[in-house]
Amino acid sequence: MSTTTAVLQLRGIQKKFPGVHALKGVDFTLRTGEIHALLGENGAGKSTLIKVMTGVYTRDGGDILLEGKPIFPSNTGDAQALGISTVYQEVNLLPNLSVAHNIFLGREPKRWGLIDWKTINRQSHALLKDYDLDIDVTRPLSSYSIAVQQLIAIARGVDMSAKVLILDEPTASLDADEVQSLFRIMRSLKERGIGIVFVTHFLDQVYAVCDRITILRNAELVGEFDAATLSRPELVGHMLGKELAALEERMHQTAGEQQRPSALKLTQVGRAGSLEPIDLQVAQGEVVGLAGLLGSGRTELCRLIFGVDKKQTGTVIFHGKDIHLSSTKEAIDLGMGLCPEDRKHDGILGPLSIRENIILAQQIKQGWWRFIPRKQQNAIAEKYVKDINIATSDIEKPIEQLSGGNQQKVILARWLASNPSLLILDEPTRGIDIGAHAEIIKLIRQLCDQGLSLIVASSELEELVAFSDKVVVLRDRKKVAELTGADIQPDTIMRAIASA
Amino acid sequence: MNALLSNPQLRRYIWPVAGLLLLLLINLVISPEFFNLTFKDGRFYGSLIDVLNRAAPIALLAIGMTLVIATGGVDLSVGSVMAIAGAVSAYLIVSGVDSLTVIIAGGLAAGLVGGMINGVLVGYLNIQPIVATLILMVAGRGVAQLINEGQIVTFQHEAFSFLGTGYFLGLPFPVVLVIITFVLVQLLMRRTALGLYVEAVGANASASRYLGINAKAIKLSVYCLAGLCAALAGMIAAADIKGSDANNAGLWLELDAILAVVIGGASLMGGRFSLLLSIIGALIIQTLTVTIIMSGIPPKFNLLIKASAIILVLLMQSPRFQQQLSSLMLWRKRHG
Amino acid sequence: MVNRKFIPLIVTCCLFFLLFGIGSVQFESFGTPRVFFNLLTDNAFLIIAAVGMTFVILSGGIDLSVGAVIALTGVISSVLISQYNWHPLVVFPVVLLLGTGFGAAMGALIYVYKLQPFIVTLAGMFLARGLASVISEESIPITHEFYDAVSMFGFELPGGAWIGSSTIICLVVLVIAIIAAHYTRFGGRVYALGGDNNSAALMGVPLASTTIAIYATSSFLATLSGIVYSFYTFSGYSLAAVGVELDAIAAVVIGGTLLTGGYGYVIGTLVGVLIMGVVQTYISFDGTLSSWWTKIVIGVLLFCFIAMQRALSRAQ
Repeated sequence: MSTTTAVLQLRGIQKKFPGVHALKGVDFTLRTGEIHALLGENGAGKSTLIKVMTGVYTRDGGDILLEGKPIFPSNTGDAQALGISTVYQEVNLLPNLSVAHNIFLGREPKRWGLIDWKTINRQSHALLKDYDLDIDVTRPLSSYSIAVQQLIAIARGVDMSAKVLILDEPTASLDADEVQSLFRIMRSLKERGIGIVFVTHFLDQVYAVCDRITILRNAELVGEFDAATLSRPELVGHMLGKELAALEERMHQTAGEQQRPSALKLTQVGRAGSLEPIDLQVAQGEVVGLAGLLGSGRTELCRLIFGVDKKQTGTVIFHGKDIHLSSTKEAIDLGMGLCPEDRKHDGILGPLSIRENIILAQQIKQGWWRFIPRKQQNAIAEKYVKDINIATSDIEKPIEQLSGGNQQKVILARWLASNPSLLILDEPTRGIDIGAHAEIIKLIRQLCDQGLSLIVASSELEELVAFSDKVVVLRDRKKVAELTGADIQPDTIMRAIASA
Repeated sequence: MNALLSNPQLRRYIWPVAGLLLLLLINLVISPEFFNLTFKDGRFYGSLIDVLNRAAPIALLAIGMTLVIATGGVDLSVGSVMAIAGAVSAYLIVSGVDSLTVIIAGGLAAGLVGGMINGVLVGYLNIQPIVATLILMVAGRGVAQLINEGQIVTFQHEAFSFLGTGYFLGLPFPVVLVIITFVLVQLLMRRTALGLYVEAVGANASASRYLGINAKAIKLSVYCLAGLCAALAGMIAAADIKGSDANNAGLWLELDAILAVVIGGASLMGGRFSLLLSIIGALIIQTLTVTIIMSGIPPKFNLLIKASAIILVLLMQSPRFQQQLSSLMLWRKRHG
Repeated sequence: MVNRKFIPLIVTCCLFFLLFGIGSVQFESFGTPRVFFNLLTDNAFLIIAAVGMTFVILSGGIDLSVGAVIALTGVISSVLISQYNWHPLVVFPVVLLLGTGFGAAMGALIYVYKLQPFIVTLAGMFLARGLASVISEESIPITHEFYDAVSMFGFELPGGAWIGSSTIICLVVLVIAIIAAHYTRFGGRVYALGGDNNSAALMGVPLASTTIAIYATSSFLATLSGIVYSFYTFSGYSLAAVGVELDAIAAVVIGGTLLTGGYGYVIGTLVGVLIMGVVQTYISFDGTLSSWWTKIVIGVLLFCFIAMQRALSRAQ
């Protein structure tokens, strides 16, 4: 393997966006017939690097060599024609077209100038057999599961004479069996000499299938490593940098707390197809971390507690009262708040001002007819801009003009202004720069010192360790462990996530 | 001026107001008597009053349309609803109802029903607004013709005609109605949190759901309001000609209303709205029409100029176009 | 089991046969080939325009300029033929080229400036009607022997049915459109755009040229429809064909095409137009029903089909 040649080489790649230096001279080398993990925290530059490779972005500096020759892909079609194919987490195929059409779109074989469906369908069927799929290729893509769709996307990419296959978080929404069959396919593609770039959050999967690892942090290259010789703690250390040490110091500082009154108690709360019945207790002033992979049921649990989805079984006791939420409005009235995972899609009201974004939750609590006077609105907004350091000169600025971290702070301010007793944060630090990240974690600790109860879902274990009094581990939409005190460590959480 | 430019709320007024002023200026140049106002028999007379009076139906429609567009929707049926409301009130008058309250209530009820149909389709059945309101746009004229039995129904009703031709405090009554509607809706939207909710739903429907805003109810109510505004406009139109013409009442006015809102600077994607800006938009459209007539350009150029205006306004709003424009300016600065 | 994607089309066909059946049972001369082929003859221009609309709607867009383009075509053709004495066979390629360019320009605005199709084509509608009325506000008659020849041309079928030149043009358009939709890359791209713009781009579908081509196609067919329309009226008039875009949209929806794009068939649009034609024919056969019932029935049908699409996409 060590004698194989580099199929794709990136040297000193630079990419700048207005206000953000997204890649600072990053190198990356992919050999033929290897699976190469590309790792980094959210915001490290992984996705930007991939978009540069696939022609979605044009680089501002550096070289890309494909089999030794410089290339300049200006769009995905270009990159594909050169032999660089990409499969994304949300399958980027067309749900309304047939499976076969998806595989052959843009390169349909023709007969007498017309598309030859017979050949397309026959070849697609034969092609998918290589991927252990024996399906009706004339049915629309949407009639198959995400896992199958992903394999179809890979089949399409590879069949278009791929030399390089980029898999961008392909396992995020797959179950264990599906992941295994994906790995099988990846290994067989590797045997065929294809270079595979594998982006994932899941470290187990890195070790299970990858040969080499490239780690990015803060838009820079940390290094390139052999998977066989890099230990897991080393890897995590590389990904998180110095921050890890600082975070670890904070560990266990809350261990040995005395009993506090209960704020929220869930007994066998569940919803078919989304969450198996679950027990959960949150004390006043306590931070409960929800750990688990994407799709483990973390987000679903948050949504159920807040009433975005209705629970189907079990009871919820909130500050001693039995509650049955039928809308989020009721949850807000009771003193809950939820910062959703997808900030852009579910959180911010883009064109509205920072002020309006901040006062909205409180306004909703008061009811639409009791309008908060403008003076009071300004006062509230100004207070939070100052208190939690929202970097803006003007509270009338549309929130969409702020950076991700500041947007998240505005959303936090929105809930804090509504004076809640329970705040649910779903991935509060996703896509946020390191500085804001640390501030938000500090803020979380401050809040619970003030008696606020918090439920924080996060896929970043070190973060959970840093602030949680209790960590609940979810897997496959079930609660699999509850850790307290000294048990709250990255390793134990990871083991609980991975345990069969 | 700097304070004006830095305040995003006020900055939005610059272009529409400048456009209106420019049009008025052109009129002043073409015919100096354009701004002449005379007060006779307790009424104001003059071209300006004329513009206001003629703009009234569009302005009324634009008030409702503004809110609908703010939620990210659009209502193509307002023209047909005008026809229905006119037909209903004509029907009531012809069948011997004398009470003005009942006649107006009948017309408004027709508008409310139309708005409810749209609102339920859009809000509760999640059908795209263009499609949902298209149904009533097509079927509505048929319903109006059905009520009129295919005839142009004329009527004599002093009190009802006042809606279209009367004067109040020296102003044409349709203008007064626009002012009353504007003030009421503005109070409802800006003295309560409703306006904020409407903007929230339009800015990000999913986020407003997480916030517990009942988007369905908000959408239903804005379509109902649009229906009511359309009904009022329809009754003014019917009262003006003392008759109901199901084929032509409000024909293509939905387009003028959408245009007024767009000229007012609202995004068709939803979000921010300003009723005042939309009314300025309606005034721009009407002033433009008058300008064309005054400047001696044959009225047949009306549509052509309007079309160019829409395209221009759309381009000005497009970020891509602004970018191109500013890089062009830069290029000329460097090479000029 | 029937593939779910065919359900709307099947419902549409059943509805047509049901309506035609009801008419045939009720009225003696209704269920004849002649009435059937008259549906084609009377609605040939609408079918042609609606086929163009089908491509636009399949791609997730909408074209409100269709009726205005038909009128503009009539006006330009009649001026060139009657006032400038051009031969119609010279005029037609010219107007078709102009129409195609008009659509391409709308497509370019939509793609380049990311504007909503409905507002751009609305502006297009104003522009086309405006141009038409600037050229002439009066109806201009066309008198040319070529037009007489065209109107005389046709075949007699057994049963008194007549296939005229409009029907032939419309059938040829249909065949080409079906082939284009299902057997060419262009067709695949149209469906791809309607499925998901983003994915389509990532899969290498050229968004710019496809969007422009779609609106160019729609305007080309609207122009052709305008030519066929002038065969009926022997004139060009700036206020002709008002609201045809709405009829075309209705036909496409009743024909089973999903208004959000991505699903549907060109052949469905033909059936959609025929259903609307049958309703009209039924009302005129009945004699006691007034013409406005057509609009109401079409509105109700639109509602039913949109509700059905909603239900089907929810079930999935």
